[in-house]
Amino acid sequence: MDSLAYVRDAPESEDAPPMMSSGVLAWARVNLFSSIGSSLVTIGCITLVAYWLPQLIAWATTRAIWSATDGALCRQHQDGACWAFIAAKWDYLRFGSYPVAERWRVDLVEAVGALLIAWLLWTNAPRRMWGALLFFIVYPILALVLLRGSSLLGLPVVDTLLWGGIFVSLLTAVVGIVFSLPLGVLLALGRRSPLPVVRTASILFIEFVRGVPFITILFMANNLAPLFLPEAWAPDRLLRPLAGIVIFSAAYMAEEIRGGLQSLGKGQYEGAMALGLNYPLMTALVILPQALTLVIPGIVNNFIGLFMDTTLVSVVGITDFLEAMNNAIKDPVWAGPTIMVTGYVFAGIFYFCFCFGMARYSAHVERILAKGRK
Amino acid sequence: MDLASAKPSSWLSDQRARGLIYQILLIGCIAALACGAIYNAVVNMRARGIPMGFGFWNDVAGFDINLHLISYSNQSTYGRAFWVGLLNTLLVAAISIPLATLLGFVIGVARLSPNWLLSRLALVYTSIMRNTPLLLLLLFWYNVVLKSLPGPRQSISIGGAAFLNDRGLYLPLPVAREPASLFAGAVLAAIVLAFGFRAWARRRQDRTGAQAPTAVVAAALVLGLPALVTAAVGAPFTFDIARLSGFNFQGGLQIIPEMAALVFGLVTFTAAFIAEIVRAGVLAVPVGQSEAAGALGLHRDLSMKLVVIPQAMRLITPPLTSQFLNVVKNSSLAVFIGYPDLVQIFAGTVLNQTQAAVQVMAITMGVYLVISLVVALALNAFNARYALRGR
Repeated sequence: MDSLAYVRDAPESEDAPPMMSSGVLAWARVNLFSSIGSSLVTIGCITLVAYWLPQLIAWATTRAIWSATDGALCRQHQDGACWAFIAAKWDYLRFGSYPVAERWRVDLVEAVGALLIAWLLWTNAPRRMWGALLFFIVYPILALVLLRGSSLLGLPVVDTLLWGGIFVSLLTAVVGIVFSLPLGVLLALGRRSPLPVVRTASILFIEFVRGVPFITILFMANNLAPLFLPEAWAPDRLLRPLAGIVIFSAAYMAEEIRGGLQSLGKGQYEGAMALGLNYPLMTALVILPQALTLVIPGIVNNFIGLFMDTTLVSVVGITDFLEAMNNAIKDPVWAGPTIMVTGYVFAGIFYFCFCFGMARYSAHVERILAKGRK
Repeated sequence: MDLASAKPSSWLSDQRARGLIYQILLIGCIAALACGAIYNAVVNMRARGIPMGFGFWNDVAGFDINLHLISYSNQSTYGRAFWVGLLNTLLVAAISIPLATLLGFVIGVARLSPNWLLSRLALVYTSIMRNTPLLLLLLFWYNVVLKSLPGPRQSISIGGAAFLNDRGLYLPLPVAREPASLFAGAVLAAIVLAFGFRAWARRRQDRTGAQAPTAVVAAALVLGLPALVTAAVGAPFTFDIARLSGFNFQGGLQIIPEMAALVFGLVTFTAAFIAEIVRAGVLAVPVGQSEAAGALGLHRDLSMKLVVIPQAMRLITPPLTSQFLNVVKNSSLAVFIGYPDLVQIFAGTVLNQTQAAVQVMAITMGVYLVISLVVALALNAFNARYALRGR
């Protein structure tokens, strides 16, 4: 028989006994200096971090300008951030041009919203059903009345032209989630329906929306909605992009929820039918509660994407947070070489904190769910 | 009561009849909505004097586009502007996708590295990128980094061949000259020879088990043959290097700052998502696979190459494809920094000038839908070929 190249004919030489097996040095040996290449990488990384990180921290803290009344001081100190600019523009960044005397209404809506969201997201909270009911039905009406105003209640009407800043970013994201979740549930159920027309309609809608960029949906909502509706119904300029966001987000939500529906065992459906439940009762009492719980992480991740996508509404003339920042940067009183960097870095930190927090939450829920399923 | 002969109390209890009614109702609703929308659109468009047909396609556009791969001037038609925009969208995608994939794989591998520091740095990168809006990244690259570059006279010179200033990046432009056909022939011959060598090496390995350094030989062939030709008959192309004349650079290959910012933004953003996909794909391959490879005597690198990565690729490909589609769709953010892509030219300028919103939006969305459809079909073909059988 020929000698086979892949058959070993001499034993491998013995390894030396391990030098260290515990302690900080052993950890470093295994995790940082396991080979020559790894050591070089470690040294390179340390050099890079040691060079950049102190500069970055100094730029953001010690060398930064923390208080000033205009841009003069920031123009003198160009090697640090100009946080004074953010402080001066903070109210504008939060509320846009919303009338100062009425801003308590925005604060109230934000506080109530935060409270309800916390109730919904706290996995062991009592009576979450009530929280969901309040958040998805009562809260939108309350928010609309408070933000828009109502002459009946003696609240002056504030035109949406004046709305802006962080509050509009949050509003668009929350409206997106509140309306797209029920719509997404319907679409997901429709996509799994045995009725061919319902299924085809759902698939066409979902795949159409997922196949085009968000910007084109916004353009469509902005340019085509007024054409497709009677002249008298001309929708509000903020309502149009909001409708676009709901449509866009519903398609992605539907796919997320479909994943949850698919992961339920057949036995759940059969058990519910054996109990004599009809389709609406089976869906509402047995299927959806389980499927929706399973996809909470997915829904939260969707919400993160939605929140980042809300930055695009400025393309149809809505002043969201990023657009408010762009406007603030152009203020000649503050004009200076550090203003733009400061503004964008602050916006980045804002979005990062928000989204990263949500992502951590979603990972946490995922762990809890995984525990229950083992 | 005799159950077998019990009839439903009425046809309303029959599931099939009800299903039919629901579907007829749904069709009715959709048809009513569509008719209402079309009626309103016709009334509104007449009232505002908006053109109904596609006649505008052959009208003169009258605006300039600062980047066009096909000939275009402000005397060209709207239809021509559409093709310019579409090609610009595809151009940005074609440049961004390979770069993002490369960077994403590098970061994904770094994330899996046994080196703790490297994997942490990769984690920091992916966390930051995945939690920052793409638009913010684009604005940062465009307004902060590229706009703050010096003017043409103070350009940053890279080895005297490439120049960077606030008008863009000027690269040497290769210009083919005569022995080019010979050179191309050499490249082609090298590729054919490399494939031939690989086929031979495989047959030999099947027969005897002996391995051949296929990659090294292939690289030597592909690089060596053209180099030989160049040495023998001279370089097949010269470089047209940009040079300062007056207030601006002339010649060379100019990459406008809008495009550079868009590519930078798309690549850095998408790479973070690709890195996570790569990491998840590799981690999803059961440990038993690499242990079994080790038990067969395969070295760690070989077990990665021959056992783990082929299985991970099966998991990586579908989400990776959807990231590629995301690059194409996200390139529409070009609107915000003024890169002349399909959305900026067609759904922006052309729509505003012609007012033909319905037609323009239908065409624009149709283009993206066709791209999505083509990619989805390609992915299905891939899945059909590489999916696990017998499961």
